[in-house]
Amino acid sequence: MSTGNVLLGLLAAGPGHGYDLKRRHDERFPEARPLAYGQVYTSLQRLVRDGLAEVDATESDGGPERTTYRLTERGSLTLRTWLGEPVPPAPVSAANEIFAKVTAIIASGFGDPAAFLRLQRAAHLARMRELTAVKTVAGAPLSAVLSADYALTHLDADLRWMDNAAQRLGALAEEVTSA
Amino acid sequence: MTTPLIEARGLVKRYGTTDALRGASLRLLPGEVLAVTGPSGSGKSTLLHCMAGIVRPDEGEVRYGAERLDQAGENRRSTLRRTDFGVVFQFGQLVGELTALDNVALPLLLAGTSRAAAHKSAGTWLERFGVLGQAGLRPGEMSGGQGQRVALARAMVTAPKAVFADEPTGALDSLAGEQVMTALVHAARESGTSVLLVTHDAQIAAYADREATVRDGVVETEDEPAAEVTR
Ligand SMILES: Nc1ncnc2c1ncn2[C@@H]1O[C@H](COP(=O)(O)OP(=O)(O)OP(=O)(O)O)[C@@H](O)[C@H]1O
Ligand SMILES: [Mg+2]
Repeated sequence: MSTGNVLLGLLAAGPGHGYDLKRRHDERFPEARPLAYGQVYTSLQRLVRDGLAEVDATESDGGPERTTYRLTERGSLTLRTWLGEPVPPAPVSAANEIFAKVTAIIASGFGDPAAFLRLQRAAHLARMRELTAVKTVAGAPLSAVLSADYALTHLDADLRWMDNAAQRLGALAEEVTSA
Repeated sequence: MTTPLIEARGLVKRYGTTDALRGASLRLLPGEVLAVTGPSGSGKSTLLHCMAGIVRPDEGEVRYGAERLDQAGENRRSTLRRTDFGVVFQFGQLVGELTALDNVALPLLLAGTSRAAAHKSAGTWLERFGVLGQAGLRPGEMSGGQGQRVALARAMVTAPKAVFADEPTGALDSLAGEQVMTALVHAARESGTSVLLVTHDAQIAAYADREATVRDGVVETEDEPAAEVTR
């Protein structure tokens, strides 16, 4: 997900200057990494260069000059296209690191893969408890609940994979050591 | 260290040639929500039944305060299940001929509470679990999820010391499951009730304070209690 596309989405709600856009983003997605202002600024320049955004106004009511940007026709079309496309279903890299460690533990003999998976399960569940606490707090905004749910369902998927792997460690060890 | 509310030590339970439990030990602390997870057939339900005094283990002990549940007679154990413990299973344990309201009021009526007071309290618990609208329905007229919530309301209505719930959200979709868990955990915290929760679902287990995992009839891991539960 490019910052450019995110900014197009934010500009669709109405013109704004760089800091406005950063704030809109950070408020709407409280669990996401905050947008870096420098990144917002360079991405806006690029959008203008590509004709996807343009300067709406430049104001300086007493303070420093601030440039407000708005979406162009082309920007709006680009946004429409982006929003109409599915996100590529990428595998979750965390699960791959777990698999890499399990395999390396077997291959190196450094430790016990079953014990490692138990340790990993405890770490995952501890994180899931934190996320559950975040989303069940009274009056939690739906955006926070849904962000927490997204993380929870991904952690849950890792755990299912780990349960599955834990029950087949013997066969995996044979495959790894015979290779 | 906190004295457990209920403690199982070295439980063995055999069914014919099957060893359902092979030396399982577990502590349920006062006021905590404890998730018990593990593969199918690993002995989770059997462990829950032993700790709730529903089933007597062949070996090992179950302590409830100064009492040995594994040695208590059927009368004493069934009294405890009416007064000190609440139990919820995955499927049907409501009385089919009674409405939801009467089902929830039943344990109070059996304990000698007046009809009016029992119904009032039952209504409050149905509301907490979001099924007050179903108060007049019989179990056969409710969805699986609604029945499950009524069963939880019935388990909580006597303000028990412990609730034993075996896959209480097993029949629910994830959103309904979350509502039930939120209501259960909230109610348990408020009344200081311990909950032993058997589940396959890690997202449900994440509502608990601790997790114990069962494998091949033994408790394989049990999270350390958080530094003194303070609430
Ligand atoms: N009443 C019974 N009669 C005979 N065998 C039983 C009985 N209850 C349990 N078992 C056996 O004991 C073992 C453990 O069963 P238990 O129901 O405790 O497992 P579980 O972990 O709850 O499984 P699940 O997740 O599938 O509910 C199984 O092999 C089961 O077949
Ligand atoms: Mg079971």
